[in-house]
Amino acid sequence: MALFLTQLMNGIGSGAVYASIALALVLVFRTTGILNFAQGEMALYSTYLVWFFTQRSVPVWIAILLAMIISFIGGAAIERILIRPVEQASPLVLVIVTIGMFLAINSIAQVQFGNDIKILPRAYPNKTWLPGGVQISSDTLVLVGVLLAECLILYLLLNRTRIGLAFRAVASNPESSRLVGVPVGRMLMLGWAMAAAIGALAGALVIAPVGLQGASMQEILVYSFAAAALGGFDSPLGAVVAGLIVGVAGTLTTQYLHAVHDIELVVPFGLILLVLLVRPSGLFGSRRVERV
Amino acid sequence: MSALLEVSELRAGYGAVRVLQGIDFSVEAGEVVVILGANGAGKTTTLRAISGMIDATGQAVFVGRPIIGRRPEQIAAAGIAHVPQGRGTIVDLTVDDNLRIGAYQRRDSEIASDIDRWYTTFPRLKERHAQQAGSMSGGEQQMLAIARALMARPKLVLLDEPSLGLAPLITQELFRTLGELNRADGISMLIVEQNAGLALKLASRGYVLETGTIVISGSATDLAGNDDVRRAYLGI
Repeated sequence: MALFLTQLMNGIGSGAVYASIALALVLVFRTTGILNFAQGEMALYSTYLVWFFTQRSVPVWIAILLAMIISFIGGAAIERILIRPVEQASPLVLVIVTIGMFLAINSIAQVQFGNDIKILPRAYPNKTWLPGGVQISSDTLVLVGVLLAECLILYLLLNRTRIGLAFRAVASNPESSRLVGVPVGRMLMLGWAMAAAIGALAGALVIAPVGLQGASMQEILVYSFAAAALGGFDSPLGAVVAGLIVGVAGTLTTQYLHAVHDIELVVPFGLILLVLLVRPSGLFGSRRVERV
Repeated sequence: MSALLEVSELRAGYGAVRVLQGIDFSVEAGEVVVILGANGAGKTTTLRAISGMIDATGQAVFVGRPIIGRRPEQIAAAGIAHVPQGRGTIVDLTVDDNLRIGAYQRRDSEIASDIDRWYTTFPRLKERHAQQAGSMSGGEQQMLAIARALMARPKLVLLDEPSLGLAPLITQELFRTLGELNRADGISMLIVEQNAGLALKLASRGYVLETGTIVISGSATDLAGNDDVRRAYLGI
C-alpha cells in the first residue's frame, strides 16, 4: 500500500508537469486553433535560458523569472511573425509550420548551447518526507504547488479582468470580438505568450533534477499531448485533471508492468487512441451547444 | 448639415471577385435607412466594408472622418456598431459577459448601469443573464446581439438581416423594439434586409441593391409603392 501511494505521489508530481504543458497547449489551441507541436521545444529553449543565466551567477529563481519574461515576449513574437501569416491556412499547413518550429528551435538550442548535458542548479532543496511510509519528495510538492498557482493566476486573469474577458471572447468568436473593437491579434499573441511562459516554468522545474539536453522535452510533450487530448483540447480544467491522470497512469505502469522496457510509453499513445475512439471531444471538452 | 455616414463609389469584394460595383448612399443622424436586395446582391458585403472587416475602395465618411482603410477596432471606436448576420453570438460567454464585451472600448463608470438599462428593454435577457449565450433561442440571441452593439453607445448601428431565421411574430416584436430605440434614443440605423415589408415600415429611406449596384433609391413610402420593389421584395 505504501508503495502504491508513493508511486501515486510520484505520478502526481510528473502529472503536474504534463498538466502545465497541456495547459499551454490548450491556451494556444483555444485562441489560434493550432496544435502546437513546438510547445515542448519552446520550453526546452526557455530552460536553456535559465541555465544560461545561472552560469552568469544569476540566482536560480531570478533566472527562471527572467526566462519566463523572455519566453512571454518570444511566444508573442512567434505568433506575430510565424503564425499570423499562415493563420488562415489549412490545418495541415499549420501542423507543418509547428513541426518546422519544433525542429528549428531544437537545432538552434543545440547550436547555441551545445549538446552536452547541462546541470541546472536546484531552485529548492531536495528533500523527502516519509509520512506513514509513503515517500513524498519536495519535487512533487513544488511541481504541484506551481501547477496550483498557475491555475489560480490563469483563473483570476481570465475571469476577473477586462483583458481576460476579451481573451475568452476571442477564443469563442473572433469575428464578433473584432466588431466590438477587441484587438484580436493582440489576444492571439497573449495566448502564445502565456503558453510560452508557463512552458518555461514547467521546463525549468522538471529538468533541474535530471539534466538538460536536446531531447529533454520530447517525452514530456508526448505525455502532455495525451493529457490535452484526454482533457479536451479546449478545456483548461480538462488539461489539468487529465495531466494528473496521465502522470499517475505512467508511474503505476512502470511500477507494476516493469517486465517490458519503456512499457510506460504505451500509456500516452493508448490514451490518445482511446479518447479518439470513445469521446473525441475529451473528458471536459465542449460539445458546443449552439442553436441557430 | 452633412450626413452621419456618407458613402460614395464604394467597391469591395472577396479576392478577385468584386461584389460591390461602386455604390453611393448616406445615413443622416437619427435616421433609419434600409438596403433591400436579394441573396448575393452585396448587402452583407456593404456592411462588412463599412465596418472594416473586408478591404474596400471608395469613400466612406463617418462624422466627418474617412473610415475606409481603417481597422475594425478603430471603426468601432469611432461609433459604428455592427450586428452581423447570424447574430454573432459569443456562444461560450454568458449573456452578462456578452454585454460587457460590447462595452470593451469604454472606460467610463456607467457600464453596469447601461447593462441594467438594456435588461429593462430586453427582459428575456435579464432572465437568462448567467446562461451561456449559445444556448438561447434565435430570437433571444438577436436581442442579445443588438443589446451588445448598443453597449458601445454607438452613433450608428449596422444590422445585417435581423429577421433571418426568426418566427414572424418574433420578427415583428424585434422591429417594434428597433423603432422604439430609434424614436426614444435617436439611434441611427442602417439595416439590410430581405423582409422588405417590415423594414420599409421602420425606415425613412431605402435603397435597392442588385448585383452590386444601387438600382432604386427613395423614401420608404416611395419604395413601398414602387411596382418593381413590390414585385421583387414584397411579393405583391
